Amino acid sequence: MLRPYTTQRSEPFVANQFDVIVLGGGPAGYVCAIRCAQLGLSTAVVEQDKLGGVCVNIGCIPTKALLHSAYIANLLKESKDFGVEAGDVKTDYGVAMKRSRRVSDQNSKGVEFLMKKNKITVVKGSGVLQPGKKVKVGSDVYEAKKAVVIATGSRVKGIPQIGLEINKTTVISSDEALLMEKIPATLAIVGAGAVGMEFADIFNAFGVKVTVIEALPRILPLEDAEASDTLSKSYRKRGIEVIAGAKVTKATVAKDKVTLDMEAGGEKKQVVAGAVLMAAGRAVNIENIGLKECGIQLTERGFIKVDKNLQTSTAGYYAIGDVAGPPMLAHKGSREGVVVAELVAGQKPHPIKYDNVPSVTYCHPEVASIGLTEDQCKEKKLDYVAGKFPFSANGRARGTGETEGFVKILRDKKYGEILGAHIVGAHASEMIHELAVARENEYTVEEVELAIHAHPTMSEATAQAALDSLGRVIDT
Amino acid sequence: MATKVHMEALSPTMEEGRLVKWNKHEGDAVKSGDTLAEVETDKAVMELVARSDGQLLKVLVPEGTTVPVGNIVAWIGKPGEKVDGAGSTEQGAAASKPAPTAPAPAPKAAAPAPASPPTPPAPAAAPADATRVKASPLAKRIAKEVGVDLKLVQGSGPGGRVIKRDVEGGAAQARAVAAPAPSSVLRAPSGVPYEDVPLTQIRKTIAKRLAASIGPIPHFFLTTEIDMERAAEAREALNKQLGEEGGKISFNDIIIKAVALALVQYRACNAWFQEDHIRYWNEVHVGMAVAIEDGLITPVIRNADLKSLREIGAESRELAGRARSRRLKPEEYTGATFSVSNLGMFDIDQFTAVINPPEAGIVAIGSIVAKAVPDGDRVVVRRRLRVTMSCDHRVIDGATGAAYLKTLKQMLENPLAMLL
Repeated sequence: MLRPYTTQRSEPFVANQFDVIVLGGGPAGYVCAIRCAQLGLSTAVVEQDKLGGVCVNIGCIPTKALLHSAYIANLLKESKDFGVEAGDVKTDYGVAMKRSRRVSDQNSKGVEFLMKKNKITVVKGSGVLQPGKKVKVGSDVYEAKKAVVIATGSRVKGIPQIGLEINKTTVISSDEALLMEKIPATLAIVGAGAVGMEFADIFNAFGVKVTVIEALPRILPLEDAEASDTLSKSYRKRGIEVIAGAKVTKATVAKDKVTLDMEAGGEKKQVVAGAVLMAAGRAVNIENIGLKECGIQLTERGFIKVDKNLQTSTAGYYAIGDVAGPPMLAHKGSREGVVVAELVAGQKPHPIKYDNVPSVTYCHPEVASIGLTEDQCKEKKLDYVAGKFPFSANGRARGTGETEGFVKILRDKKYGEILGAHIVGAHASEMIHELAVARENEYTVEEVELAIHAHPTMSEATAQAALDSLGRVIDT
Repeated sequence: MATKVHMEALSPTMEEGRLVKWNKHEGDAVKSGDTLAEVETDKAVMELVARSDGQLLKVLVPEGTTVPVGNIVAWIGKPGEKVDGAGSTEQGAAASKPAPTAPAPAPKAAAPAPASPPTPPAPAAAPADATRVKASPLAKRIAKEVGVDLKLVQGSGPGGRVIKRDVEGGAAQARAVAAPAPSSVLRAPSGVPYEDVPLTQIRKTIAKRLAASIGPIPHFFLTTEIDMERAAEAREALNKQLGEEGGKISFNDIIIKAVALALVQYRACNAWFQEDHIRYWNEVHVGMAVAIEDGLITPVIRNADLKSLREIGAESRELAGRARSRRLKPEEYTGATFSVSNLGMFDIDQFTAVINPPEAGIVAIGSIVAKAVPDGDRVVVRRRLRVTMSCDHRVIDGATGAAYLKTLKQMLENPLAMLL
């Protein structure tokens, strides 16, 4: 007997209803959305600006394009030594900036394409959370059946307390620096973290007289002290002034210059520059998105409070990326996006190893690290051995003239665990992943050393540093 | 979602465990690797550790209760989370059929739980495939160092790979906890004529195994008296030579060595009876019965025939010491091919020992006593030892056992024969 044919839907179709709604289309949000779609969840992303977020549009990607311009400028200045005369090298920041915009746009379009490919609905506008897993965008209300994921990211911030409020002309942030046609003759950069150091590198190569000011005792304060020292020397050699341990006490902002008064090492100093670039931290985007209305709590430091499954204090609302807490890195946010998608889909993803997130500063030479610094090993009273190998003893590095820096591996004395690894050098950002894989799989230094490294490569320095930690280095 | 805490197989032969003590209580925060409870297995008191983070939401099993492996004993989850008292929901709970865990009313002297057929152990708790262990290089090194058997560790890495934190937890498990001292002879001040003590897991195992032995195994016994005079002289000379170096040789060491060497000559006695076949061993692993508080256990001197007296001495002292503190690892008390039980130190002239199956034989060693023995037409005083061999007649026949015992006797009477 044949049953009469009827069309059946298990649930009635509702236009504004999705399994998951992601607030924010940056590297945490869009990756989360794609993973949700892969797992068969209907997904929407709410984004008020361009897809890809800060990373793609005014962060990671365009700065890497500009840093490459800076690299070429520096290379050409020294090319005579390599038997290539480039004549009178001229730089034009405006041209480099426009190229970096094209790169960003390509990437943002790429994300748009990925959204289409994965059948993810992109809602343009500012989303505001509402109770009951709802998100209001303009006058429309969207409803999530399974989860709302908050991935609103972060933004640059000034220090209004000392008169350094971003005015977009003389007191600028990376947002403005990335869009400038003309650059000032002198620039003070407040904050010597990754952002400050990268812009110092860029502007120095484009002929700006740069002063980097850091409040903590050394530049790149989160990195290993030896990395900071190596970079300090390299920057000073290139004519970048580096002032660490400096407290800016007063800023006087004029129409075409800024005067910074500071105390450094018990002395008073004054720096006058055509502009100040604020690179001292970021603020998370938690305002006006309805957190309070949904009962979503914050941590003492102002991030969204999450449990180990990244769920906020209100069930069904998750937070990922910068808003969910440090480290504020795109790759950490992306991983959180994947994990939340899998959790929402009922899978049991492996927990994120927050102690195994690589950190990279893409200045020249690059600085990359994973795990503990040597100082942290000491603080934790760990029994460790530091193995180190300088690129000055590496054949490939000598060939390319990139002998600055080193590979340093901190080995637990008893079991050989790789407690931390620090690379300063031309390709540190690419080289760190060997050690990330090693740590993820709990390889000891022996396995790193046993893997045959091709000759001649910069990566041989990694194997040699592993050997050095065992007291059997070959090449120094 | 709340996760279940199962009674885990903490030793290879464990079928049930008695929950001695909860170290965490309902409402306590727990982290993966924390010791939740002390569990008495058939061999030792071990730690049951948490496999997830959260709060100990519900304890299903009161202290003193015996629980089959695989049963749920508690729930861990988020504070306030509702859990099912009997633990019947949870996706993918797979094989571990929630046993009726209505917490048995457990008065102080709880009767041992009826020997219900053990529920199928939870797949996670069962020892993994013994042939290959997936473990990170770091976990392997730590396991080797702290003496954790990776085969018994449940891996939490990708695909069940054993990673650092698992062996750190495993290391905690390996640290056996000293059992509460049972009262020895005690004239109870209250005048209570007797005390009912529930069977400990080790007592249960002894009962089960030895009953299984003396019942179905056709035992027969052979006794001989051995002249230990020359062995005693040899021992004195050796110990004199060792002098201050320490590590004196005991009679027991000499006997173990002789037992092992004699087995090399009589493979027929170095065998296991298996239901449809006999396994003749090419290696000699001598089990050595050690009395421990509340029972006995037989640590194994592996390849005893190949070891020197000093090595045997050092190893047996070390194993016996750890046996008494209940710190033996499972592989250290399993796999013997023949056993020795020595009650000489208790002034026992002669006794019969019960075979430890699947082994086919055991020798019972009495005291070495000075006796007047005829020597030609005189009477001389000699140090003598009575040894009784128990044989499994399914494997060893009377003549075979006698021939073995004769060789053992010759070796002990003329220790130089051991050098042959």
